[in-house]
Amino acid sequence: MSTRVDVRKTYKLYIGGKFPRSESGRSYEVTAAPTGRRSTPRFLANAAQGSRKDARDAVVAARKAQPGWAGATAYNRGQVLYRVAEVMEGRRAQLVQDVRDAEGLTAARAEGVVSAAIDRWVWYAGWSDKYPQVLGGLNPVAGPYFDISAPEPTGVVAVLAPQASSLLGLVSVVAPVVVSGNTCVVVASQDRPLPAIDLAECLATSDVPGGVVNVVTGRTAEIAPWLASHRDVNAIDLTGAADADGVDWADLEIAAADNLKRVLRPGGTGAEAVEPDFAPVPDLSRLSAFLETKTVWHPKGR
Amino acid sequence: MPTFEYAPAPESRAVVDIASSHGLFIGGEFVEATGGKPFKTVNPATEEVLSEVSEATADDVDAAVRAARTAYTRVWSRMSGADRGKYLYRIARIIQERARELAVLETLDNGKPIKESRDVDVPLVAAHFFYHAGWADKLEYASLGSNPRGIGVVGQVIPWNFPLLMLAWKVAPALATGNTVVLKPAETTPLTALAFAEICRQADLPPGVVNIVTGAGATGQAIVDHPGVDKLAFTGSTGVGKMIARSIAGTRKRATLELGGKGANIVFDDAAMDQAIEGIVTGIFFNQGHVCCAGSRLLVQENVVDEVLRRLKRRLGTLRVGDPMDKNTDVGAINSKAQLDRITELAGVGEAEGAERWDSGCDLPTSGYWFRPTVFSGVSQSSRIAQEEIFGPVVSVLTFRTPGEAVAKANNTPYGLSAGIWTEKGSRILWMADQLRAGVVWANTFNKFDPTSPFGGYKESGYGREGGRHGLEAYVSTGQETT
Repeated sequence: MSTRVDVRKTYKLYIGGKFPRSESGRSYEVTAAPTGRRSTPRFLANAAQGSRKDARDAVVAARKAQPGWAGATAYNRGQVLYRVAEVMEGRRAQLVQDVRDAEGLTAARAEGVVSAAIDRWVWYAGWSDKYPQVLGGLNPVAGPYFDISAPEPTGVVAVLAPQASSLLGLVSVVAPVVVSGNTCVVVASQDRPLPAIDLAECLATSDVPGGVVNVVTGRTAEIAPWLASHRDVNAIDLTGAADADGVDWADLEIAAADNLKRVLRPGGTGAEAVEPDFAPVPDLSRLSAFLETKTVWHPKGR
Repeated sequence: MPTFEYAPAPESRAVVDIASSHGLFIGGEFVEATGGKPFKTVNPATEEVLSEVSEATADDVDAAVRAARTAYTRVWSRMSGADRGKYLYRIARIIQERARELAVLETLDNGKPIKESRDVDVPLVAAHFFYHAGWADKLEYASLGSNPRGIGVVGQVIPWNFPLLMLAWKVAPALATGNTVVLKPAETTPLTALAFAEICRQADLPPGVVNIVTGAGATGQAIVDHPGVDKLAFTGSTGVGKMIARSIAGTRKRATLELGGKGANIVFDDAAMDQAIEGIVTGIFFNQGHVCCAGSRLLVQENVVDEVLRRLKRRLGTLRVGDPMDKNTDVGAINSKAQLDRITELAGVGEAEGAERWDSGCDLPTSGYWFRPTVFSGVSQSSRIAQEEIFGPVVSVLTFRTPGEAVAKANNTPYGLSAGIWTEKGSRILWMADQLRAGVVWANTFNKFDPTSPFGGYKESGYGREGGRHGLEAYVSTGQETT
């Protein structure tokens, strides 16, 4: 029996629902996490090395998609996001292999991580039509007024995905951003970018509109400053600044102040940035970090 | 139209007794500053010097932060919520008891009409303390997360437009949630904050829970930069807000920023016109337009712009501008010479850029800082008076044809604090409210405030909310204690 030569995948960016190469024409080598006694790193793929212009194109796509996504009914957003979990379940084998390669896990542990990532997506999908009631409500003002406060998405969010937790961490930072109607530009883990592109394929084959999630792979230190200073980005999640080569999250936060972006700081204490443990079931803090509260008043009268 | 003459109806200032000089309130005592340059606070309506106030140096700020830390560690963070609440109830009651005195003091120091300080500012101050007092022992019901508790020492820097009210917005939630405070009032309006220090003493609030340091920008920066401050709350300009955001970047200090605005007040052709005209007046001429959420851009549907302008000008002709201590005064003094200069400059820019300028032509007092209620019509979107916050009694009028155009123009600003909608069509109100990128939307009303109602901006108007359950969030840590 002859051995079949397998067909390998080209890993590209995910912008506006399409999978373009980097406009810079650059790529970089991605290797598997070292396991056992193997001395030379195992080649996985050449990932696209995204540029400033790719990041800016992604912001344009995210901005364009934002009103439609925020304008969809909460029920609809919930169903669309639930469908992402369905598609992930269908691609479980691929995702497990991704996580094994990226994080050097055993098959059993990788299965557990993928299950947790799918369940995380389902958990957040279910919040779409619930958080407005939990976080908003009627204000009992001292006067004849109907006064109500409700959360709204902040707009376009730049997300630095966790460097180590390439799938569960990624899902844990992207799902809470988009469930409320934000759109995002995700800078994938620099050394473990392939699960992000495979997740993008899950998104592209669900009913998530193009541009809601955009994924740029490449050097975090090169791409992140352009997003932090971008005037048409409303918020930035710095979680992935932890253990990112050459990234000082203080610099990114300073740049973000130019248009008063909402900043979700990385985990850790003091100046140190630490990637959080994504295994426990989260609370609402990541979801609410990218919401605005709008209060509407109207007089009552006969 | 008949003009009604009013006899003068001055409020008595006998109810206040202003000391000729003031120290800093640190650790429950008034203390001398350690070498800053004392400055004078004046009555902007008369330019009379009211008192001399200390400038807190970085050393004084350090002493205040230490006092706040000690009070936090030894007393306030250990006290039951119920007891914290009782101190806040006491403060609320004392404010009610001394309401007349506080209103007069506020009007003397700030220049706002006595009817506003008496009927709006001071009652809202008491209401804020009363409201937050009740939260102190109920934080676990506020859906803030598990184990809600104070953060530590909070640095607070407040503006001059609503001096005591801004203090209440900052201090009441901070104390209710178990934090201690170092607060700096604005340099032109320090007197009611210093009176509040006296109120804290009357309430027997434990020393160091509230510390008041007076000064200008350098004192504020010392609070922002102090490593012992865990959280900052600032109300003021967007420029300073950005400086604060940069100053604390890379640290674990938290911040809420309540900054500038360029609110759109949108009038449709089917609006109840008499109410709309009153709403426009309230929107921009309340408190001399020294309001971050003022309706400073008036967007009028094109087919009614002539009628709206005619009615608005007629109404402005009846506004009584002058002595803030007179109970009939509608529009008081501009808070400072510097602010008057800025308003004058931007109004000049509006004229130079081709907008048509109109004012009521009313008589103005000969001393003090004054600016007539002013309307600019034919303003283009790119004009500076349509883009920049004037923070004075000046409204810029633009027109639109469709609801979609109104939304596009209203949202065409880096700010996002407030907006107004005037129409009798309910579905249009709700659609517009959804589309407007602003933290507070007033429909068929304007400039309403309440302690239960979250207030704060989108975009460059800042982040965080003040008031209501939402306002507690900024002052609370949750989850497991890490230390």
